[in-house]
Amino acid sequence: MTDPIVEAAYVVGWLPEAWFWLLFGILAIYLVLDGFDFGVGLLYATRETESDRETFHAAFGPIWKANEVWFVLFTTVLFAAYPVAYANLLSRHYLLVFLLLLGLILRGVGIKLRKERDDERWKRYCDYAFVSGSAISPLALGVFIAEWAFGGVPAGVALLGGVALVALCFVLGAAFLALKTRGTLRTEMATYATNGTLVYLALFAVAGGALFGVNSIRLPAVGIAAGATGLCSVGIVTGSRLDQYYVLFGAAAGLAVVFVGFLAGGLYPMIDPVAGLAIRDAVVSPQTLNVTTAMALVFLPAVSIGFAMLYSIFEGVADPDNGY
Amino acid sequence: MIDPVLASRLQFAIAITIHILFASLSVGLAPYLVYFTVQEVRTGEDRYRKLREFWTKVFAVGFVMGTVTGIPMSFMFGTNFSQFSTVAGELIGGPLSFEAKMAFFLEAIFLGILLFGRDRVSGRFYTLSAFFVALGAWLSAFWILVVNSWMQTPRGYEVATNGGTEIVRMTDPLAAFFTPRFPWMFVHMQNAAIISVTLLVAGVAAYFVWQNRESETWNTALRVAVGVLLLTSAFQVVHGDMYGRHVADTQPQKFAAMEAHYDTERGADLHIIAIPTSLEAITDPRADNLYTVSIPYLTSYLASGGDPTAEVTGLDDFEYESPPVAIVFWSFRIMVGLGFWFVFLGTWGAYERWRGGLRDSPRYLIATMLSAPLGFVALVTGWYVTEVGRQPWLIQGVLKTSDGVSPALDGTEALLTLVGVSGSYLFLLGIFLCIVRRLVTAERDDVVDEDDRSVPKWVIADD
Repeated sequence: MTDPIVEAAYVVGWLPEAWFWLLFGILAIYLVLDGFDFGVGLLYATRETESDRETFHAAFGPIWKANEVWFVLFTTVLFAAYPVAYANLLSRHYLLVFLLLLGLILRGVGIKLRKERDDERWKRYCDYAFVSGSAISPLALGVFIAEWAFGGVPAGVALLGGVALVALCFVLGAAFLALKTRGTLRTEMATYATNGTLVYLALFAVAGGALFGVNSIRLPAVGIAAGATGLCSVGIVTGSRLDQYYVLFGAAAGLAVVFVGFLAGGLYPMIDPVAGLAIRDAVVSPQTLNVTTAMALVFLPAVSIGFAMLYSIFEGVADPDNGY
Repeated sequence: MIDPVLASRLQFAIAITIHILFASLSVGLAPYLVYFTVQEVRTGEDRYRKLREFWTKVFAVGFVMGTVTGIPMSFMFGTNFSQFSTVAGELIGGPLSFEAKMAFFLEAIFLGILLFGRDRVSGRFYTLSAFFVALGAWLSAFWILVVNSWMQTPRGYEVATNGGTEIVRMTDPLAAFFTPRFPWMFVHMQNAAIISVTLLVAGVAAYFVWQNRESETWNTALRVAVGVLLLTSAFQVVHGDMYGRHVADTQPQKFAAMEAHYDTERGADLHIIAIPTSLEAITDPRADNLYTVSIPYLTSYLASGGDPTAEVTGLDDFEYESPPVAIVFWSFRIMVGLGFWFVFLGTWGAYERWRGGLRDSPRYLIATMLSAPLGFVALVTGWYVTEVGRQPWLIQGVLKTSDGVSPALDGTEALLTLVGVSGSYLFLLGIFLCIVRRLVTAERDDVVDEDDRSVPKWVIADD
């Protein structure tokens, strides 16, 4: 150890910050993709006929597992780039994390096991698991994110974050299903998207108001988030009215991106404000991050291509006979 | 209240025991899926389509169970072992994120196609999907074993201080990823997964052949599995022997626990069979107190790679407390004993095949059926030898397990999640077994009705 060790440096000076934005970019992608999966699960509770239910399953059956992987990617990237923040955040929200995991387990098992038996009661239990998992997961995730970004807020406000995320997933699910269905089902879904957006806006306003007293919230950030949220909401309502379903879905996805952007903007340049950790405190050493960057540059584009391919193979209207 | 350290360890142990079953099912079954799919697309024969369809169903359920039980694992490092995550994050986090990027996406994307896309993509692309799913399963195991082997024989790091905490910092990525243990562990584990699945395939096939000895489909599966078993099980025994020597070199304390070897001595014996003479000998095995069938000098010979009088350090002479010897000692014996049984089963099958037909030997069919779950038993006990044998270390020589647990974790919360995690994982395992049983029952009805028109005569002639 007496050799003078040449301290390796980040390949570019701003690499630790770049990973911060990449991390939240991954979270945004996850929220859009699995958000509509959760939304499908929530809307599933409104379906009474078997054919509607099977249409729903067919709509997202082939893709939800791949969507869920973005969450594993988010967690492991947090671990890989900022291990101290990962350790602090997860151990500090111990029961909440396990509640989130329980939600994901219920959801996954409910979807998968339903078709394994042709038995009414069995299917009903699987449906319970699917719907409750689709509600618990975004609720717990929303509370976790609110606690993370605005640590120390009253429990009620954090819970509001969770409910807001559930509403957001509801909107995303309705918008996604409007793309994947036809006829009256489609019209119904577009209406759900509009109504869900109104609920989300109300929650957003209440949460925004409650957070206003918190020091870490900056006025311009709230303004931008509110403006962008309003713009997306207009897109949702317009898309739904004019039968422009890609506009509808795009605007709903925009809503999720704004949600994550607001949180990330609020955090920056901290990664875990409660533990007093800034990005630079928590980031791994230069050489490690450089290796991780090299791997990401190769494999993230590959993942994107794979996703584009998967979605193009299963594009178009959901056919209940070719699903679960 | 329960000690949070103990609760965290138990929780992780139970979760990994069940998760590893599903993970190895994916690893071991994936090559079979590729083989059946390739044969189906190449020959167009019905028996391969049937095998592909049946095992894809099993694979799909196992895969979902694997992801459902696997996702919590990537959180438990943070929730329960936050100190470990903080200390070793630079070495552990990277490989786990590579696993997600490379392996999980590959599996998740192409499994969707494998399950739903038969009519949407070409035969060639469909085969390619099977191949990618297999590749994903193997890459996943690759990165996980990179992490685990680093914990056994850490390399490529230095100890540094960050914000007042001592952490390990990666100095050489290649040395850190490919530690001395890695090749041993990867080969042994992947082969163990193949053996486990081969026994499962053989057992299920034997059951169907038992139901209908004319079933061309399941006779094919049985023949393939017997051939694979013979090769892989023999390889595993030879490889395991060399692996043991490597463990003796790099983790002598673990090696001593495997042999319940307390006193340092020269010319140590190897206990092939150990029978406890009292209840105490089960919970606290000591080589002297057991009724053993031993080969003189063999432990010394194996540990040193050829010197029968080499010194083997006993557990009493290590600076640190011993691992729980009973678990390591008995797990090792179960694994090795089963390993020899698999070699025998493979040889017996090859002999029956040579003599004229596996389906004509009811005794062989019964033995194969009963052995269906045993590969997984050997695999899990082998994993216990590796993990429990490393104790008291979490990272060998760097961090003790008791120092890796989240400092603020309280006993009540830990107990709550211990019960929740164990309960739900056991429930998932139970559901999985029920589903597989139903798949087997449904298939049996088909097999019994099978009038064996599945293989057109010209295809046989063509074969």
